[in-house]
Amino acid sequence: MVNFCGKEFSSRLLIGSALYESPAIMQDAIRASGAQIVTVSLRRETAGGKAGDVFWSLIRDLGVTVLPNTAGCRTVREAVTTAKLARELFGTNWIKLEVIGDNDTLQPDVVGLVEAATELVNDGFEVFPYCTEDLSVAMRLVDAGCRVVMPWAAPIGSARGITNRDALKLLRDRLPDITLVVDAGLGAPSHAAAALELGFDAVLLNTAIAKAADAVAMAGAFKLAVEAGRIAYESGLMDARDFASPSTPVIGTPFWHAVS
Amino acid sequence: MRVIVNGEHTEVAAGRVDALLSELDYAGSHVAVAVNFEVVPRTKWADTALNSGDEIEIITPRQGG
Repeated sequence: MVNFCGKEFSSRLLIGSALYESPAIMQDAIRASGAQIVTVSLRRETAGGKAGDVFWSLIRDLGVTVLPNTAGCRTVREAVTTAKLARELFGTNWIKLEVIGDNDTLQPDVVGLVEAATELVNDGFEVFPYCTEDLSVAMRLVDAGCRVVMPWAAPIGSARGITNRDALKLLRDRLPDITLVVDAGLGAPSHAAAALELGFDAVLLNTAIAKAADAVAMAGAFKLAVEAGRIAYESGLMDARDFASPSTPVIGTPFWHAVS
Repeated sequence: MRVIVNGEHTEVAAGRVDALLSELDYAGSHVAVAVNFEVVPRTKWADTALNSGDEIEIITPRQGG
C-alpha cells in the first residue's frame, strides 16, 4: 500500500485523463491501469459548461479519487486562484501544483512553486508539487508542508524516461519519509519500472498511455511494470559491478588444472 | 454594465453572480466562479454583487494530466 496524505491506496500508478481518442477509451484505459487517483483540470468553457458536465460525470462513474491540476499557470497568483477554484469545483483539498517557467520545456518555475505551495498549504491544501529533480527545491517544498513531491523524469510528454537517475536516487535517499512520485516524461513501461526500482512510491502517467496505438492495452502494460518495479525494490536489487562474477560454481569444473 | 467574463469584455444585465450564470446559460452546470481572483463559493453566488469592470472567471471540469 502507498500513503497519500493519510489515505492508503493499493495502486502505485496515477493516471491523467487527457489526450485519449474518445471518452470511452479514457474510461477503459483508466480501469485497465488499475489507477485509483486520476488527474483532472479546469478550463474556461463558452458553451454553458455542458462539455464539462459530461466529462465530470464520466470521471465520477469511475469511483476514483481526483487530483486536480493547475496546468498552464505561469504565476503564483494564477496557480493559487486556480487551486482554490479546483477545490470549489471538485470538492477536494488535493492539488497537483504546476507553476510553469518555460514554454518550450514546461520546466517548473521552482521559485514560484515554493511560494505558491507555502500559500496553499497555509490555506489547508494538500499540495502535490510538480517539480524538477533538484534536492534543495524538494526540501523547500517539504519545509513548506508538502507531504508528496513529484519530480519530472524528463519534460512532459517527451517519453524520454529517467534522464537524471542519480538525482532521483538522491531524492529517495534524502527524503525517506516523503511520498515521491515521478510525474512527467515517462514513455515506456520499463521507464516506470525503473522509477519504482529506485524506490519511488508511484508514477504519474498520461501521454504514454493515452497516445499509444492501443491505450487500454498500454495501460495494462504500465500496471504490470509498476507492480514489477515495486516488488523488485522491496526484494532488494543487487548492486552493479564492473567485472563478471560467475554464476555457475567454479569448483569441480571438468578439465580444469592449475597453470603455473 | 460592462464586465470581463473569461477574458472577454461582455455587456451584461445581471448584477449578481447567480443572475450572471443564468444570463450566460450556465445555470445547472457544474462550474466554479472567481471574481477579481477571489473564488466565490456556490453558497455565496446569490449574495455577491458585480461591479462594472469586474474580471469574472467561470470554469468547468476538463481533462488533465
